[in-house]
Amino acid sequence: MSGLLITGARVLGRDAADLLIEDGRIVEVGRIAPSPGVVVIDADGLVALPGLVDLHTHLREPGREDAETIASGSGAAAAGGFTAIFAMANTDPVTDTAEAAERVRDLGRTCGLVDVVPVGAVTMGLRGERLAELGLMARSRAGVRVFSDDGRCVADGRIMRRALEYIKPFGGVVSQHAQDPRLADSSACCHEGEISGRLGLPGWPGVAEEAIVARDVMLARYTGSRVHVAHVSTAGTVEVIRWAKARGIAVTAEVTPHHLALTTDLLVGYDPVYKVNPPLRPQEDVEALRDALVDGTIDAVATDHAPHARHDKDHTFVDAAFGMLGLETALPVVSDLLVRTDRLGWADVARIMSANPARIGGLPGQGRPLVAGEPANLTLVDPDRPVTVDAAASRSRSRNNPWHGRTFTGAVHTTIHRGRVTHRIDSTAHATEAEYAQ
Amino acid sequence: MNRHLISSADLTRHDVESILTTAESMHDVQRREVKKVPTLRGRTVINFFFEDSTRTRSSFEIAGKWMSADTINLSAKGSSASKGESLRDTALTVDAMAVDALVIRHNASGAARQVSEWVRCSVINAGDGTHEHPTQALLDAYTLRSRMGDLDGKHVAIVGDLTHSRVFRSNIITLHTLGAHVTVVAPPTLMPAGVREWSESDGFATSWDLDAVVDGDAPVDAMMMLRVQRERMTGGYFPTPREYTVGYGLTGERLARLVARNPDVLVMHPGPMNRGLEIAAEVADAPQSVVLDQVSAGVAVRMAVLYHLLAGETAESVEPVTQGAQA
Repeated sequence: MSGLLITGARVLGRDAADLLIEDGRIVEVGRIAPSPGVVVIDADGLVALPGLVDLHTHLREPGREDAETIASGSGAAAAGGFTAIFAMANTDPVTDTAEAAERVRDLGRTCGLVDVVPVGAVTMGLRGERLAELGLMARSRAGVRVFSDDGRCVADGRIMRRALEYIKPFGGVVSQHAQDPRLADSSACCHEGEISGRLGLPGWPGVAEEAIVARDVMLARYTGSRVHVAHVSTAGTVEVIRWAKARGIAVTAEVTPHHLALTTDLLVGYDPVYKVNPPLRPQEDVEALRDALVDGTIDAVATDHAPHARHDKDHTFVDAAFGMLGLETALPVVSDLLVRTDRLGWADVARIMSANPARIGGLPGQGRPLVAGEPANLTLVDPDRPVTVDAAASRSRSRNNPWHGRTFTGAVHTTIHRGRVTHRIDSTAHATEAEYAQ
Repeated sequence: MNRHLISSADLTRHDVESILTTAESMHDVQRREVKKVPTLRGRTVINFFFEDSTRTRSSFEIAGKWMSADTINLSAKGSSASKGESLRDTALTVDAMAVDALVIRHNASGAARQVSEWVRCSVINAGDGTHEHPTQALLDAYTLRSRMGDLDGKHVAIVGDLTHSRVFRSNIITLHTLGAHVTVVAPPTLMPAGVREWSESDGFATSWDLDAVVDGDAPVDAMMMLRVQRERMTGGYFPTPREYTVGYGLTGERLARLVARNPDVLVMHPGPMNRGLEIAAEVADAPQSVVLDQVSAGVAVRMAVLYHLLAGETAESVEPVTQGAQA
């Protein structure tokens, strides 16, 4: 008899239990005696969570395989405790057809480390002019449900309205990169405020994000469709979302670990590793984002993992590429910032990093409770183990890691995707071929 | 003093005063028939200009030459930068030639700081985007000091496109370091982001009303007019040049009011001037104008900066330099 037995894991941080996994499913939860042939993972002291789901990943394949591939990004995701990731559409070519979406999905299947779920572009070529083939992408075997021009804002109100109306029959959602391009200089590269004023860098004011979110929630109300706000970065946006949710408008929102932890003050040395879009904001915004995540105004943590080749980052601040890595550090950051400070429990982490993103993205087999009969997507976390981030040790192809050298408490110990171990901490020391063969 | 001069904030009051004192000696060199001192013989200074410049580049070049350094001018057009080489590679390439100082002008804010982290040689910021231009602030301070002595308690108004001005950003620091009171004046659209918090923490005043400053309680000792680029209009920063001049230009009439309050008032402009826009032609040529003094101070101040960074000595030991020149 084959199978995987996890012993003594604290499910969602609560009472310890054993979980038996067979044929990709959880078949039993409780006190289970190991039977011959079963591989045992001793999870004493570890927390079991449903496998993490990332609504916002950039994999760069096709087009920029020097920065990341579906394989390398899948590896980083598994190392970060993820069992499903949404791959943004801003590749080259753009994911704006059924064929392109199927290819991303199939390459993800071939790697087999996580479910790679393609996000479809809202507009052809992300140009913001006419709708991409939203329906064909939805009908394809990729089953696209999340549409986004991420990297760019769907700025034209008329296009946004039509997209929201058009996706209703297949239950789609538009993930909006909210940023009015007319409210900032075209070379904007940071938060507009005292720091940008002192540094002489052109910035985006918070209102460039807030004005689009305000428009979009009204469009969601008018069309009765779903809008999702990607990477919320300001306190003003939180206020708008809170207002909209109180009125029953179908809006959801995500926040990145970096917007929860890093502030615009880091820009004083002009290090492009901190250049990201939307930009790092002041401490007041960071506090408001944490509060909004805790009180449920913001539904999910999403990484916006954005790998870049070194030669695209080694430039002057205004010229360097936007974005930072995030898959491998998301859980340690959330653990350190919100769980260790008692603002969230592990059940909350399961909600914001697994159940909610799976629900928003329409993934039926992810973000499920850890009970018998459910797919075996789960993550074991060592809540007390410190992790010191080493950019060079990443499974990503890129090294634009803003967390390098920082230490967090809370480590991803083991990741199990569809019943198969895809990551083990200290894997060289402890993992056996038998485990990986499951 | 630091190995580099990236920001005016790198300089303490003692540093600024040492440089300005050295610059006075250098100014004497400038007035001689044979304008050469051997101080930097055998040293190499690269003037790397990624952005067009006439006065800054030529004054750095002259400063290096009069101090007997080997000076080489590189511009982005003639360099690998125009072939797509990254700033880092370009900087490392120049550094690998074992030069002593890199004077850099770049259109990107922060470029000089980044380069200083990559190279072994001294880096002097000759203007980085809309960030800083520390030697301009030094030459402005030199010009002011040579006319009015100690700047403690003096009132300087800086007027114009503050958002896009590196001259403003360096001057606000150096003038504060020397004890002057500064009022910055601009329409709200040309005030930098966050200027309220900034002015509160750094101790300068802001105003949207030039006339209120001209006629205000604190008489102005120096008016520093900043260049307003006509292309700012297309960004919607102000409606027309005519309206800008009426609101924020230093007209003959405003100068007369300034002189009535303070006969010793000085008019400054870092150049190049838009006569008729931010400064009236008759004001630029008025006796109160020290615009050409600023240019002349540029060479002496840059000699002093090179001296302090490369010769690594204090102002007190400057005497042998000029004696050496006489020998």
